[in-house]
Amino acid sequence: MIPSIPQSKFSTRLYAAYVTLFFLYLAAPLIVVGVFAFNDSLFPSMPWNGVTFDWFLGTESPRVGVFHDSQLLESIGYSAFIAICVTLMAVAVGTCNAFLFERHSFPFKNILYIVALMPLVVPGVILGISMLVFANSLVNGIEDLFGFELDILRPGLFLVILGQFAFVTTITTLVISARLRKFDTSLEEAALNLGATKWEAVQTITLPFLKPAMIGAGIVCFLMSFENFNTTLMLVGSDSPLTITMFDRLKQGSTPALNAASLMLMVVSGGLALISVFVQRDRTASPE
Amino acid sequence: MSSVSTLSGTAEQERKVPVIKLGTFLLMLPLLLWLFLLIILPHVDLLMVSLREKLGYREYAFSFQNYIEFFTEPLYWNTFVRTAVMSIIATVITLVVGFPISYYIAKVLKGKKRSLLFMMCLIPFWVSELVRTFGWMILLRESGVISSFLQWAGVVDGPVEMLYNDASLMVGLVYTSMLFMVVPLVSVLDTLDDSLIEAGYDLGGNTFNILREIVIPHAMPGIASGCIVVFMLTLGNYLTPTLLGGKDGLWFTEQIYNQFITRFNWESGSAFGFLLLILSSAIVFVGLKLSRQTLADTVK
Amino acid sequence: MSTQLDLECRQVVKSFGKFTAVDNVSLEIPQGSFFSILGPSGCGKTTLLRMLAGFIEPTTGDIRIKDKSMLGVPPNKRPANMVFQHLALFPMMNVAENIAYGLKRRKIGQAEIDRKVADVLERVSLPDAGEKRIEQLSGGQRQRIAIARSLVLEPALLLLDEPLGALDLKLREHMKVELKQLQHEVGTTFVYITHDQSEALVMSDNVAVMNEGRFEQVGTPQDLYYNPSTAFVAGFVGDANRWEGRIESLEGGQAMVALEEGGVIATSFAPGTSFSAGETVDLFVRPEAIVIERSKAAQEKARLSGGKNTLSGVVQNLLFDGANSRALVRDQATGHEVMVSLPQTGAFSDLKSGEALVLSWDVEKTRAFKATKAASQGIAA
Repeated sequence: MIPSIPQSKFSTRLYAAYVTLFFLYLAAPLIVVGVFAFNDSLFPSMPWNGVTFDWFLGTESPRVGVFHDSQLLESIGYSAFIAICVTLMAVAVGTCNAFLFERHSFPFKNILYIVALMPLVVPGVILGISMLVFANSLVNGIEDLFGFELDILRPGLFLVILGQFAFVTTITTLVISARLRKFDTSLEEAALNLGATKWEAVQTITLPFLKPAMIGAGIVCFLMSFENFNTTLMLVGSDSPLTITMFDRLKQGSTPALNAASLMLMVVSGGLALISVFVQRDRTASPE
Repeated sequence: MSSVSTLSGTAEQERKVPVIKLGTFLLMLPLLLWLFLLIILPHVDLLMVSLREKLGYREYAFSFQNYIEFFTEPLYWNTFVRTAVMSIIATVITLVVGFPISYYIAKVLKGKKRSLLFMMCLIPFWVSELVRTFGWMILLRESGVISSFLQWAGVVDGPVEMLYNDASLMVGLVYTSMLFMVVPLVSVLDTLDDSLIEAGYDLGGNTFNILREIVIPHAMPGIASGCIVVFMLTLGNYLTPTLLGGKDGLWFTEQIYNQFITRFNWESGSAFGFLLLILSSAIVFVGLKLSRQTLADTVK
Repeated sequence: MSTQLDLECRQVVKSFGKFTAVDNVSLEIPQGSFFSILGPSGCGKTTLLRMLAGFIEPTTGDIRIKDKSMLGVPPNKRPANMVFQHLALFPMMNVAENIAYGLKRRKIGQAEIDRKVADVLERVSLPDAGEKRIEQLSGGQRQRIAIARSLVLEPALLLLDEPLGALDLKLREHMKVELKQLQHEVGTTFVYITHDQSEALVMSDNVAVMNEGRFEQVGTPQDLYYNPSTAFVAGFVGDANRWEGRIESLEGGQAMVALEEGGVIATSFAPGTSFSAGETVDLFVRPEAIVIERSKAAQEKARLSGGKNTLSGVVQNLLFDGANSRALVRDQATGHEVMVSLPQTGAFSDLKSGEALVLSWDVEKTRAFKATKAASQGIAA
């Protein structure tokens, strides 16, 4: 139960064995994906034929490595572009929302807050189709009224950005609000007292205080966007981001180049996760 | 931020005039655009599209036809029920598997070991769901790692296909949901004072009834929010059922996708989407009511 | 009182790696007594109590309850129940369910449980509290429910882990009396650990003073106060003034001690102690043992005069506290500060800072111990 309560050696070991087994379960698929990126075989499956770096560096078909696979590289580019746009927008709007919900009073505040939480409860697929349907209605409506087609609202990168932005913003709002709630407003008053204008006070005192939360939220946004699948699937046009490209290839069966791409994805995600943990540690160290 | 000075701001508040200050309004603009253009209107539109029937090219009439079709066509209806039931089973399995782990992290381990194990629990979820599912495919497929291992160990004679059935689907769903169960459980078990467990033991209790009468009642809020989130995510999952599930048992999100993309029947796809949204919201609502929590509590 | 022992510890040792938390402790507690273990934090008293409850196994030695060895017996099988420091009442149950918890584990019938719960609630004077939630109770009520929850199991030993610590001062004073009375009524042996000497002295039949994992002295509260057997006990139990010095001469049961800062104090020895000339010693004198007189006489160092130790000084500070009022007197010649109690008659109620006083006390009221590090620790604690 807890260490101070005597337990038989057998049950203690059984428990430890279960925990070990669980972590094996957690790690197994990730390890397998990484290891098979180096398998000298055309398929990411057994048997093990020895180590090769072809799936990273290979240039000739069928052994095209990630670094020479133009389709994969292009989709990484799209993913990065989408993720950067989504992150910048979501952090900016999230910060505004945090100030709004924490500092201001306005009619229907509680209702708006609940609506702002809704994207967490709505399945990603449904968020995607609702956006798709609405964008289509807008295009048709505009065509009927003004007689021109608003192509930007057709499935494609712009819609994907909007769709991801729609739910990621909830997360940035929550994270930045939580940080702002811990802010001692007397610091801002002190700045005003020392001659700062209201905007200067926010800029020099409050925003630096929020910075760790903004960076942390930004990293989470970037990762969520980069890895998003459900919403993106419904809104994607001809330029498909990485997850969609990988999905298509997975369904068809593919070479271990996919493992290589996954491994790189894991390394980048892991790195970003570490940074965000580091940033969050900074948060706990600050006075609360 | 605000163009109105602080003094007049407070004076305004004191008079309780329901006027929004200019600064507040400017700050509200992004929020309102986000919520109305990207959340509320799309869902309203989804509902409207689901309630119309296509008569000809860009010619529609109000109708419940799409919903009637759903309830009269056993394939759709069965998929819906199957998805809900499988999601419940996945949620229960996730709870049963995750609870001992959360307990181990929160109560048995201390200090550095504890944070290390907790971190290890989180790491897989920084990795794309696609990559994780891909990993399970490599493990479970006919030419996969486990099949080869079993052959090598002499347990089976030929390759075994472990992919594309309900069991492999379950493994993937539980895997994907685990984080959302473990995190709330660890944080709620963290707040359970060790001395309560000691007191229960001191008064003659054993592991089983301390678990039943002290630990689980205490952990109930965490169990509730964990189960709600896991159920929701499982219900709305598309990747795992598509890649790991069997060809004969469709997931409801796959039905929606088929209606939209394959059959280009947006009206019935919208109706399906709306039904899934209603099921998901209803479960969340009931779960919150049962555990006496609010949505705002759950996201904390 | 029967001579049967409820609890016996035989050379109990508990080490955590190199650190010895409890070092060779032996003790015997007869049936029906109130026994306290008093010591500063970190002295090992909590470790000892948790060994009695069964949450820690001793490294060596034996713990016997009602003459049965408890080694290897888990906490849920021991006839000893614990009142936890923060009470550990189960917030998910009401008062009656809390009390019934242990009874249910014994598979007692519901009617019997109801009767026992009602009885024990009566006994702790909360007959109508059964349906209440824990958070509806006041601090003192929670205390009583925590005790009732253990008492209802009729344990051989009730272990109490500083349960009064969380209460405010007034309530704590009240609960001290109540606990003692409750113990007297139920006749269960209480083992109480605390760092608060007043709690130990007021409630206990016997007190063990613990320091650095060892028992310094076991005795009645009066024994500890008036006849401390070590410098640590003299310093830790009650207030005391302390001097350091070297024995100049020994004569009969009496010695002259030359103080480090100058002057001489005469002291007697506790029976069974032996000293020799030239040894360094610590001297202790209780504030209430010192008699004060106003004086205009010249400043002098401590000396023996007319069979009493005398010292002159100037009032440095007055610490008014009703009947417990004291004065801090500074020995002008040496700078040593002496705490004296003001007589409760109010004779010195007009005393002011800066007034000159002559202090005197009987030779027998001075306690001498071989100088140790522990003595200064006791004072600090």
